[in-house]
Amino acid sequence: MSIDSATIERHGLKPEEYDRIVKFLGRQPNLTELGIYSVMWSEHCSYKSSRVHLKTLPTEGPQVLQGPGENAGAVDIGSGLAAVFKIESHNHPSFIEPYQGAATGVGGIIRDIFTMGARPIALMNSLRFGSLSAPGTSRLMEGVVAGIAGYGNSIGIPTIGGEIGFEPSYAGNPLVNVFCLGIARQADIIKGVASGVGNAVYYVGAKTGRDGIHGATMASAEFDEKSSEKRPAVQVGDPFMEKLLLEACLEVMQTDALVGIQDMGAAGLTCSTTEMGSRGGAGVEIDVSLVPQRETGMTPYEIMLSESQERMLLVVKRGREAEVEKIFDKWDLHAVHIGDVTSDGMLRVRNRGQVVAEIPNRSLTDEAPVYHRPMEPPAYLADVQRLDLDAVAADSTMPEATDALMALLSTPNISSKKWAYRQYDHMVQTNTVNLPGFGAGVVRIKGTDRALAMSVDGNGRYCYLDPKHGAMLAVAEAARNVACAGALPIAATNCLNFGNPERPAIMWQFAQAVEGIGEACRVLNVPITGGNVSLYNETDGKAIYPTPIIGVVGVLERADAVVGRQFKRSGDVIMLLGEGRGELGGSQYLQTLHDLVRGLPPRLDLEAEKALQRLLVDLAAERLIHSAHDCSDGGLAVTVAECCFDTGGAGAEISIGGLNIGRDSRLNDAVALFGESASRVVISTTSDTVTEILQRAAAVGVLARVIGETGGNRLRIAVAGRVVIDASVDDAERIWSTSIEHVFARRVA
Amino acid sequence: MKFAVIVFPGSNCDHDAFHAATHVLGQSAELIWHKDTDLKGADFVILPGGFAHGDYLRTGAMARFSPIMREVKAFAERGGPVLGICNGFQILLEAGLLPGAMLRNRGLKYRCEHVYVRVEQTDTPVTCGAHVGQVLRIPIGHGEGNYYAPPDVLERIEANRQVVLRYTTADGQLDDDANPNGSVHAIAGLCSERRNVVGMMPHPERAAEPALGCVDGLVILESIVKAFATA
Repeated sequence: MSIDSATIERHGLKPEEYDRIVKFLGRQPNLTELGIYSVMWSEHCSYKSSRVHLKTLPTEGPQVLQGPGENAGAVDIGSGLAAVFKIESHNHPSFIEPYQGAATGVGGIIRDIFTMGARPIALMNSLRFGSLSAPGTSRLMEGVVAGIAGYGNSIGIPTIGGEIGFEPSYAGNPLVNVFCLGIARQADIIKGVASGVGNAVYYVGAKTGRDGIHGATMASAEFDEKSSEKRPAVQVGDPFMEKLLLEACLEVMQTDALVGIQDMGAAGLTCSTTEMGSRGGAGVEIDVSLVPQRETGMTPYEIMLSESQERMLLVVKRGREAEVEKIFDKWDLHAVHIGDVTSDGMLRVRNRGQVVAEIPNRSLTDEAPVYHRPMEPPAYLADVQRLDLDAVAADSTMPEATDALMALLSTPNISSKKWAYRQYDHMVQTNTVNLPGFGAGVVRIKGTDRALAMSVDGNGRYCYLDPKHGAMLAVAEAARNVACAGALPIAATNCLNFGNPERPAIMWQFAQAVEGIGEACRVLNVPITGGNVSLYNETDGKAIYPTPIIGVVGVLERADAVVGRQFKRSGDVIMLLGEGRGELGGSQYLQTLHDLVRGLPPRLDLEAEKALQRLLVDLAAERLIHSAHDCSDGGLAVTVAECCFDTGGAGAEISIGGLNIGRDSRLNDAVALFGESASRVVISTTSDTVTEILQRAAAVGVLARVIGETGGNRLRIAVAGRVVIDASVDDAERIWSTSIEHVFARRVA
Repeated sequence: MKFAVIVFPGSNCDHDAFHAATHVLGQSAELIWHKDTDLKGADFVILPGGFAHGDYLRTGAMARFSPIMREVKAFAERGGPVLGICNGFQILLEAGLLPGAMLRNRGLKYRCEHVYVRVEQTDTPVTCGAHVGQVLRIPIGHGEGNYYAPPDVLERIEANRQVVLRYTTADGQLDDDANPNGSVHAIAGLCSERRNVVGMMPHPERAAEPALGCVDGLVILESIVKAFATA
């Protein structure tokens, strides 16, 4: 059968891409082969638009054991151990079916981690939704949160933190980015590689069904209307199956009978066979009739393209098969020998012996198309970057500072996310040192004195206003959060969520963001060890805010030296590290109080940021500080308020200097209180430690000053000697802690 | 003393219980696979938390058919001490070793947080180190911990002093807001008539080390060792 142009188009392939296929094969592909090329050359698997940019990211360092290109990255955390981690998106499926989309996202990232030989010990997530008050958002959020909880809780990996943001731009394209981290002995790290001619290729896990066959490749001559009715668009997760797979695989890995292992995620059996073969410089030959199937009458095309969940592909050393099968039997899993490693570098697919596809492996992976897509700055940029503060003050009724603080504390971007994380088991495995909502996620490493801190951050608003700068700020904030816990940031992973890369403005945003990430990661010494790109996040031609999400991991030498965000006791001195620079652009204040997304995001001096982080790590290690909390959304006033929360109502008296930015004094106060200048951290300490901290800060060039004292049960903030905020901590905390809960309570009622 | 921690497919607090027995209490412990038929000389059996058999069908419903459960039952019938934590509690109910059943939480959501429980009885192997009325702060993590028993059963349970722990406020007062899941009579923990089998929804192993920010669970865990020493 020859392939017509309509079929090629339905497979999402351009005519020139089809010509390339014909050149590689030296003949026309059959439909199965076309399907295989279409998924492997899809944006999702090939990174064809993003690859040239991603190559510029720093990925190396003495701490890096495994950089991008494997199932996950790995870094040295001492004692012969490695932290294996990655972040991945499951945006599109989560919009179609929130519960299962989010659940299978969690399942997928967990497989990536244990596939490397690591036991997963922590999950985090970064979620974005449309405005919480908009119709449909709460339903979507409820489903996503329940899906994350349903999968993570059942499999027994704690969800120790993350972030949730709301902006109208995500209304039609929510973001569900999921991060997982595991611990492996460095010597036990195993790769997704197929090598050693004659070694056995095994399939284990759930049976293959017609679910998840990619939309672009779904409609083909082999499908009739009835079969498409049976085909759910989103896969269904089974955390119990994955728990068995996790335990069984980790047990098998103890035997050294494995050559390599890979999970079947996107593009299923196709991607796992070709990538493993390609990495090992080998060929893989399988017979699809041996693949366990959930449905009858599945074609080789469907079997190769299915994205059924909870499946793994293993390459087992010849002669060790029985040993491996026995372990899977113990867990009531059936490992099936479906093929072998060959020497010819081909992916050869048979069906009952007959060859149905025969493709050079490398043409599917390393030699897939790569595009330098055209780029140009978006037209909106020049306008939105302009911010006239005097005009803002003239155009609106300027709120009292206390009212503005309350409004910010109740805005869903800032208010407590307890409604969500209370649904996540965040304590299973008994390692959670910092509970969710109390700063970076921190888990101890049993058998050592150490702990790992991790944080996922990103600010789409900043990136919309300046993608490069916004991306740098995301790296800085994630690393700063880790440093606030007392951990030295050592590596990063990124999830890049953008619109349609075929539009030059989007491609420009992407390239700028990658440039910013690279620059920040280089200076802060957090190489990128892997990640994920999610493009085409747009509806009706309207893209999401460009949203790079950065996950940073750090090492805390002593778990018991961990620092949290809350003030610890009355009479402590409150200090500010870093400096407010009179910046209000892109702030939550402007959005919440003035309905404006405008201006330039805060400036960032990476060297100053690095010095600040180093100082925080040292202060924590020497146990000189009682708390540390990063100034971000809502600025200094919100930060200090959050330091008071979850302490039983402890208050604070703060006094800061005034600013002279514009003509309106309330606006000047607002800039001082709610401006989001970067590289600032609020710490608390005993009065007799202040001098030492001031000296230590001065020695490394970090500006530090005393701004107040803890005590009482009110939060009072004076600007230039005038008390402008005076609120009961209990009242403020009630607003902050119940705002999201109320939205859902109203929905139920 | 030696602990047996039963591992069902889907158990996920098995390693935590093992860690608590060995690392925290300094005792010996063995993980025992559900298909085994031998408790290997254990003095105390823990059915850990998790989602045994995926909790498909009903929480704990399949686990009671696991081969090891025959041994656990025989062990309990001989008076051997057994503690079911969370999913382990649910399994004990399904296996008929404790009366009653679990419903989905009031509010229908999984809840993971620290709660307060008041010790009601101290003549059990997991509370003998506590005093009556002592309030413990211990985390829960469950979607189906809403304990239910019909009125006549409830009456019998209370008459026999089988309620070991109740959800209360921090100062030990019964209060509907302090009941995280809607359990009848605020029941958080329950023992058998012979008092040797105990089920509890809170996780003492999650509150047993200073690093975890809370050590009230030690009261439960150390009671186990004390009970063994004085038996």
